[in-house]
Amino acid sequence: MSDRPTVGTGTFGPDLVEVFGPSQQDGGPELVQLLTPEGERVHHPEFDHDFSAEELRGFYRDMVLTRRIDTEATALQRHGELGIWAQLLGQEAAQIGAGRALRPQDYVFPTYREHGVAYCRGIDPLNLLGLFRGVDQGSWDPAEKNFGLYTIVIGAQVLHGVGYAMGIQRDGAVGTGDPDRDAAVIAHFGDGASSQGDVNEGFIFAASYNAPVVFFCQNNQWAISEPIERQTRIPLYQRALGFGFPGVRVDGNDVLATYAVTKAALQRARDGQGPTLVEAYTYRMGAHTTTDDPTRYRLSDDVEHWKLKDPIERLRVYLRRNGLVDQAFFDDLDQEAKDLGHHLREGCKALPDPQPLSVFDHVFTETTDELVAQRDGYEAYLASFEGEHA
Amino acid sequence: MSGLQKITLAKGLNMGLRKAMEDDPKVLIMGEDVGKLGGVFRITDGLQKDFGEDRVIDSPLAESGIVGTAVGMALRGYRPVVEIQFDGFVYPAYDQIVCQVAKMTFRSQGKSKMPMVIRIPFGGGIGAVEHHSESPEAQFAHTPGLKVVACSNPVDGYWMIQQAIAHDDPVIFLEPKRQYHADKLELDESATPAPLFTSRVVRTGSDVTVLAYGPTVKTALKAAEAAESEGRSLEVIDLRTLSPLDMAPVFESVRRTGRVVVTHEAHVNLGMGAELSARITEECFYSLEAPVLRVGGFDTPYPPSRIEEEWLPDLDRVMDAVDRSLDY
Repeated sequence: MSDRPTVGTGTFGPDLVEVFGPSQQDGGPELVQLLTPEGERVHHPEFDHDFSAEELRGFYRDMVLTRRIDTEATALQRHGELGIWAQLLGQEAAQIGAGRALRPQDYVFPTYREHGVAYCRGIDPLNLLGLFRGVDQGSWDPAEKNFGLYTIVIGAQVLHGVGYAMGIQRDGAVGTGDPDRDAAVIAHFGDGASSQGDVNEGFIFAASYNAPVVFFCQNNQWAISEPIERQTRIPLYQRALGFGFPGVRVDGNDVLATYAVTKAALQRARDGQGPTLVEAYTYRMGAHTTTDDPTRYRLSDDVEHWKLKDPIERLRVYLRRNGLVDQAFFDDLDQEAKDLGHHLREGCKALPDPQPLSVFDHVFTETTDELVAQRDGYEAYLASFEGEHA
Repeated sequence: MSGLQKITLAKGLNMGLRKAMEDDPKVLIMGEDVGKLGGVFRITDGLQKDFGEDRVIDSPLAESGIVGTAVGMALRGYRPVVEIQFDGFVYPAYDQIVCQVAKMTFRSQGKSKMPMVIRIPFGGGIGAVEHHSESPEAQFAHTPGLKVVACSNPVDGYWMIQQAIAHDDPVIFLEPKRQYHADKLELDESATPAPLFTSRVVRTGSDVTVLAYGPTVKTALKAAEAAESEGRSLEVIDLRTLSPLDMAPVFESVRRTGRVVVTHEAHVNLGMGAELSARITEECFYSLEAPVLRVGGFDTPYPPSRIEEEWLPDLDRVMDAVDRSLDY
């Protein structure tokens, strides 16, 4: 007996196998792709784009450095320097494509795995480590970087993105035709989050108010150990139709396609045409987090299959085959990645632990007498130990 | 409009919201039915007509969505005032309130503010069906990062809602729904209001201190009147703010009377009365002549409305507690 869940067929709708095909791994005929896993440039009637050599090299560099951030952070967790790390291995193209499609005035509402998007927003990767090391809960200024704090509760940030987009509308920063003024929001989430009420409420609010938001779902096939079949009976991007706005499935391992589709969706939002759901069809090559053990719930054959779709390798092949890079480019990038790794390793260990009394500092904008009294009492208590071991 | 006029709590809140919207174009109202209908209790009556659909926003029927999108609007620099239609409907938004609204300032180390007001009509006594008569205040007062206030009369309603909206931290604003259209008080719009996070002695007395907030303030005042005819003098304090608590007037009163009765509609177990009792015991132990007594809703789900008057703390149960306190 198949271990797939049994669902209705015929009159009441398609069987899951029929929807997803015998293998889910090709994304289906609707998948928007501009660069094949073999490194062949293909064209798409709706989402094509002319990329300069500089852009292509930039995408490659971004993905390599983002992978380095991920591998260094994973290693730091293994060495006990981070309590946990949410890995993005395999999702570099989805994140760099989306991140580079943004304009400075756009605003990002990330999950806790958007390390590549954060990198695109100019956040020092070292700042991403604080949450996972336990020294802070996000050290960047969201308003300065237009990049929200990582959100742990699954899908909660999607509503924040929609609300922020409604604020953009009220500021008159939509549909003016001024490319430096019109703004949009991108709200990230995963396939697991697509089951959450907040994500679905976000869809409804965005549709109801025609909010300038792009819902960017990285379907990496797994919500910890729960497969995509446990979240949906139809391809996720098709859900958008039920909410009244367009949905697109893009090859999330193809940075060119991800960039082109996200750019179009963001522009649509900035122009005042409302929300779009982008489903970046990808695969989480690593674990959900460093505490996870994916060998308990998925087949190594699947992982091996997806290795052949590696987002970095296919662009590397394309760049080489078309003479867009030379060995010096790779050597320089290799050195840059090493320097970044060193920065993360040394910087992580140097991140200072917060002072115990700092916990009282930002509970409120205007603190209360109650908290001041608790702080004073705790300070006096701590002071009572001073000199004890002298 | 200026000068003196007699208003209900509903009118006071409506006038306060209007004034706040006039004073600050960043103030937005959002919720189910708040626009054309003016809210199911008519608290937002006429505001959409005068301020437009972009500022008084009729929302889809989704409480988490209302609060969650308000978080985003606050991050964009607006001051959203959201209406939860009834107390028992706040729970679908509970995660957004306690995990997102309450923690945004802390998580961002003060870089992101959440100047948001969440209005909740609360309490029972209106003959409603289930989920329409709850008192969830302790759950929010137990959440660091939220400030929780409860108004009890029309004048406070007018001032407190404006003060809450102007405040830079998130405020859970509790409105005693059975008082909305009950009593009228004279409002002087030129007066200087008491600060938001302060409690107030609303009746002086010398024998027992009765602590109340929201709907039970009226009950406590009735008890004080009744007690007076029996030769007993009750001091009634309207707490007004539940988090932070303003304990100075309470401690001062308890040191004089030595006896305390706390009354609220919420379940007694782990409720505001428990916190008040603990703080009074810590601070005024040697002044107490009797244990702090609590009169509240029983530790049951809110009952069918035909017996709610028996379930709710009333004048007789407060008086009984006063008797027990004085018997020590």
